[in-house]
Amino acid sequence: MTGRLRIAVHKFASCDGCQIQFLNLEQDLLTLASRAEIAHFAEASSVMQPGPYDVSFVEGSISTSADLQRIQEIRAASRLLITIGACATAGGLQALRNWKNHDEFVRAIYARSEYIDSLARSTPVSEHVKVDAELWGCPIDQQQLKRVLSDVLARIAPRIPGESVCLECKRAGHVCVLVAGDVPCLGPVTRTGCGALCPRYERDCYGCFGPQEDGNTRALGRRFREMGLSDADIVRRLRFINGWAPAFRAGAQVWEK
Amino acid sequence: MSSERRIEVPVLTRVEGEGALYVHIDGTRVADLRLNIFEPPRFFEKFLEGRSWKEIPDMVARICGICPVAYQMSAVHAIEAAFGARITPAIRRLRRLYYCGEWMESHSLHIHLLAAPDFLGYPDAMALAQDQPGIVRRGLRLQGLGNAILSTMGGRSVHPVGARVGGFYRAPDQAEAVALLARLRAAAQDAEDLVRWTAGLKLPDVTRQAPFVSLRHASEYPMNEGAIVSSEGLNISAAEFDAHVMEHQVPHSTALHALINGKPYWVGPLARLNNNLTHLPPHTLRLAEQTGIHWPSANPYHSIVARALEIHFALHESIAILEHYTPPGEPFVEITPRAGAGAWCTEAPRGILWQRYEMDGEGLVKKSRIVPPTSQNQAQMEADLRASVEENLSLHDDDLRARLEAGIRNYDPCISCSTHFLNLMLKRT
Repeated sequence: MTGRLRIAVHKFASCDGCQIQFLNLEQDLLTLASRAEIAHFAEASSVMQPGPYDVSFVEGSISTSADLQRIQEIRAASRLLITIGACATAGGLQALRNWKNHDEFVRAIYARSEYIDSLARSTPVSEHVKVDAELWGCPIDQQQLKRVLSDVLARIAPRIPGESVCLECKRAGHVCVLVAGDVPCLGPVTRTGCGALCPRYERDCYGCFGPQEDGNTRALGRRFREMGLSDADIVRRLRFINGWAPAFRAGAQVWEK
Repeated sequence: MSSERRIEVPVLTRVEGEGALYVHIDGTRVADLRLNIFEPPRFFEKFLEGRSWKEIPDMVARICGICPVAYQMSAVHAIEAAFGARITPAIRRLRRLYYCGEWMESHSLHIHLLAAPDFLGYPDAMALAQDQPGIVRRGLRLQGLGNAILSTMGGRSVHPVGARVGGFYRAPDQAEAVALLARLRAAAQDAEDLVRWTAGLKLPDVTRQAPFVSLRHASEYPMNEGAIVSSEGLNISAAEFDAHVMEHQVPHSTALHALINGKPYWVGPLARLNNNLTHLPPHTLRLAEQTGIHWPSANPYHSIVARALEIHFALHESIAILEHYTPPGEPFVEITPRAGAGAWCTEAPRGILWQRYEMDGEGLVKKSRIVPPTSQNQAQMEADLRASVEENLSLHDDDLRARLEAGIRNYDPCISCSTHFLNLMLKRT
């Protein structure tokens, strides 16, 4: 195959932090621009080319009726669709609305709710279209992003590790905050990728990379119970940035009255 | 022949978040102008309810990927105010260092990746870098340095994990501080050159009348502390903010518009600099004077110079903090939750960010309110754009559109931030 890859970055409901991780690639951003055509990236450029795209990176969750249509169009225009971040991959922190009364939220914040286009639930892209790869994290990790970019530039399927962050944490030699510090660390059930930051900063992991492939959220909940957390504490622990991810959703459900 | 013109920018580029602009010109009159913000609402204030004080700094960071530190800082101070907690001078200095990192990162990113292409005729920084690599690379170095401060304090620059109510989970050790100090010192020339370069850009000469609103501290250039003041004499505490600021909904925006005492106002680096010139350190002030700009300036295009001056200030402030640094014994003070309310305002890169929390005796949030800088600027942005249209009626549509887009970017709108607020409507009933 010849020609430079055409890359697009699209945004839905989000904080823009995963797009910022592209902009924070610093000198590597210029390298990327020299090796691929950045065809559509509204936050970075005023030039917005229409599809088709070789790879679309999608940030943000699906949360309005307009989003439902736009994600279909993006899927149709993209050979590969890769979600970036907790919002696109699991619904994001704003998926906390999924357990609440959405209409009451709208009315509480806006005087004229009829002007507001907002769905009752904030959902991941994969609930609406086929997704080719998911880059987890809130925000995504730049090393993982660079590996995925290298994979797509080499035209091979992106490889994203699914093991627990605990393994990375042990390899780095951090003191286990769960065992030694008696704090409710989510590391055992959380996916690797951040560099085991929270234990390095002497605190508990809060699961911002989402569930690892084989975690036992139920068992970890029992451990938290033994440590003195209330049922409500355990629910809040799992129902957080990736709370709508199935493994965390099920793990929290166990402790809900 | 009709004299009607319609200018539309369906998607604003090189801004954070999603917005659009619609202008209807009837002859020489602006019949309608709307800065549409269609960023989906995320309802932060509502789902913060019932959450623990320990979780809030990690939650509010997610409002904004470009200024998470600002959200964390206003939140931790407001909750400490509610609990009656007092931090130590050492923690206070670390917070200031942390905020310097965010100002440097956010301002450098805005100057080079978002704003500068407007003044040099490029669609983006990548294209600019092909012709003027030195300019872009210097900007990326300064951005990287801001990120290095954030990563030292909190592990990563987007949604750093180090901040907590009461202080930090962990303070930098001596070796980290020494390494960071060396990098900062090596960038002093870059920061100075950047100011001179922004001052040399061909910037439109316009004047906009609106009160400049910022924090003002007794002795420092403001970041985490100070009274909320305006160039027209307002001087209030954070607790009094909601008695003076009214937010209201407009049909074309998911962000609420804010007015102080019924009038649009202006927050951000230019307002902050204008209100705090006497608190600039001597070498930054001298550099400001050498730009040839008469400060205080009411030209919104001078915002890019104000950002560069604040990078210069933040770099030297960071150096000053690190030169006298020794790791504190405890990086945080113990927190004892109690029922109560606390409000606080800090200076986000784009202007004052106000938050208020009502907590219960268990330390769970009963109610929260967040007023970000972009919603405060929105009414002023629209007023500015109306004036720009009237001044530039002779421009062709494409040129006028480009001019208006550049005018919006002066305010560095952070649209993702601006779409979750409070309910002031309830207060009016």
